[in-house]
Amino acid sequence: MPNAINIALIPLLPLAGFLLLGLFGKKIFKNSAGIIGTLILLISAGLAIYTAYGYFFDYGKVNDVYQKLIPLKYTWLEFSKDVSIDMGIILDPISAMMIVVVTFVSLMVHIYSLGYMKGEERYSTYYAYLSLFTFSMLGLVLSSNIFQIYIFWELVGVSSFLLIGFYYDRPSAVAASKKAFIVTRFADLGFLIGILVLSFYSGTLDFNTLIQKLTSPESSELKTAIASSFLGVSALTWGLTLVFIGGAGKSAMFPLHIWLPDAMEGPTPVSALIHAATMVVAGVYLVARLFPVFALSAPDALSIVANVGAISALFAAIIACTQTDIKRVLAYSTMSQIGYMMFALGVSKYGGEDGLGYTASMFHLFTHAMFKALLFLGAGAVIHYVHSNDMKDMGGLRKHLPITHITFLLACLSIAGFPLLAGFFSKEEILLAAYQHNAVIYWIALITSGLTAFYMFRLYFSIFWNKAYHAHGEHHGDGGVAMMLPLLLLAAGAVFAGYIPFGHFVSTDGKPLESEFHLSFSIAPVALGLIGILTAMWLYKNENEKPAKLAASLSGLYKSAYHKFYIDELYLFVTKKVLFNLVARPAAWFDKTVVDGLVNFTGNTTQDISERIKGIQSGKVQQYAIYFLVSAVVLALLFIYVWKG
Amino acid sequence: MMQPGLYHLLFISAALFFIGVYGFLTRRNLITMLMSVELILNSVNLNFIAFNKYVWPQRLDGVFFTVFVIAIAAAEAAVAIAIIINLYRSHQSIDVENAEELKY
Repeated sequence: MPNAINIALIPLLPLAGFLLLGLFGKKIFKNSAGIIGTLILLISAGLAIYTAYGYFFDYGKVNDVYQKLIPLKYTWLEFSKDVSIDMGIILDPISAMMIVVVTFVSLMVHIYSLGYMKGEERYSTYYAYLSLFTFSMLGLVLSSNIFQIYIFWELVGVSSFLLIGFYYDRPSAVAASKKAFIVTRFADLGFLIGILVLSFYSGTLDFNTLIQKLTSPESSELKTAIASSFLGVSALTWGLTLVFIGGAGKSAMFPLHIWLPDAMEGPTPVSALIHAATMVVAGVYLVARLFPVFALSAPDALSIVANVGAISALFAAIIACTQTDIKRVLAYSTMSQIGYMMFALGVSKYGGEDGLGYTASMFHLFTHAMFKALLFLGAGAVIHYVHSNDMKDMGGLRKHLPITHITFLLACLSIAGFPLLAGFFSKEEILLAAYQHNAVIYWIALITSGLTAFYMFRLYFSIFWNKAYHAHGEHHGDGGVAMMLPLLLLAAGAVFAGYIPFGHFVSTDGKPLESEFHLSFSIAPVALGLIGILTAMWLYKNENEKPAKLAASLSGLYKSAYHKFYIDELYLFVTKKVLFNLVARPAAWFDKTVVDGLVNFTGNTTQDISERIKGIQSGKVQQYAIYFLVSAVVLALLFIYVWKG
Repeated sequence: MMQPGLYHLLFISAALFFIGVYGFLTRRNLITMLMSVELILNSVNLNFIAFNKYVWPQRLDGVFFTVFVIAIAAAEAAVAIAIIINLYRSHQSIDVENAEELKY
């Protein structure tokens, strides 16, 4: 059986690291913060791998079915006998897989940052934030309870906010962190309402009970949830869609993706950890967590997931082809790949062979974490060398940065779905799942995979080939061991992670799933991938006029893609023009004139009256006596002639 | 010789009262104002006595009230004179217009 303390320590160790470095970092651990953070995470990662190994190979399987284990459960807030918010740990295939991914990538980023962030002013703060993030993310994946996941959900949001705005002296970073926080917070409102709807109908917050109550056909909770409807859509579909909106915000799905490209203002290792490998897949994880409910009880909500995912995948891939900031290209690529994971979940069904999409989605999440983290860290090494984010300042770096070059190439091949690399296997599975269940999405996915190959190799050739690089000033090559070791380890992941028989471990119903592999099926995506790569090579391998000419011939499309299809402008229009002018201004007017007006009127009137009558108190005794006398006479007359009797 | 009736006394009392009021409102000298107040009080006393004698001759309420008023008038005079002396010490004057600033 799993050892609850071991598992609880996986998130708690980074928390301890955060407290240690956050409270004492600036004074005591000014230079050793990185080593301490890395060591703590190393223990955590060891425990995570130990736990996952134990789960998958030892105690997780009962009668050939992976169980959902709850090794730890603690009643935290008890409102009544039936309603309580618990803190617990869930151990099932996806959470076991996620703790390995999170701790591994986080460890790589910790090591990498030893080199990348060296000499930084707020070095210990940086490591404290990293630990906080790792704690929150691990807590998120281990949550056994939908409210608990919401707490950690907000915690990762906060740590992402802190790390995006790490260079707080840059106005753009501050704006980006605010944007990320507000957009995801806005989406989280949907998530919260979704939680309330789901728990209202199921009467529980616990994942296992909730799934069981909302999926078994004879349960009365499910019947009420389906029967009660709002605007013609059942309450269950509403609840799940709202939860998905939360997930879409965190996972940068269209149209809530606008924060992700700007989030690249943070330090590059942070982008690798948070905005590529872990936090942004939280939305996918959330949908996967509630997948039985989506698949069995609310197919409408699931088809929303599929469509949003497919649109995001294609949309982001088109934009990625035109961006020139290498981190932004990677950000859009991340969004596109997460779109892949989303629609893979969306086209999946529950149980057996039909659950291939689910397995494929989790598989892609796993491999994507490897090669995307590698791409970001590689990009970090390039930026470290060139001191610029812009592709135009790069080119011909393959001789200057040999290790980065090779690992980056492997990652590009992997993401492009080059045969026998990790990305190939997971992408094939996704395409197969889409092919089996939804033709339109299959075509979108196919086109996207061609575009993916194109923009990744556009990036690759622009950085490492193209024009020759003229080194200026002092240079340090690839960077130290701290920066190269993670690249090599992640490159190993990007190459070999695909050979894991993922279906054996992760499937919708816990039973092993044999993924069949059809060579003929792979011809189309691989051919498209190769075309993408060759086109990119033809256009970008050497410095020439072709890309500019091509851009000019596609001017309308190119321009709108370059401007990210004006989504940011649309948001600005909606918020600044529509909301500001039509809602905020009238509200401000009402507040200023009516609410303030009433208060000011009371004050002004009082002042006015007192101004007029203050002459009465003159200090002249005899005047007072006259008032007194006159009043007495008037009263006397009144008593005598008016109020008699 | 004619015995003075109630109306005579009330007439004298009213005259005294209005003389007092007039003096209180027009004089600027605090001592004179104090004297005017005494006139007013005495007109009231006279009223009490007159009503006692002519309306309820068997009772003594009016007389007692008069005694009380005399006692209070004495106390009031003591306090007023103390205030006037203090005013004089600080302003070297007992003009009522100099006391205006007491309103603050």
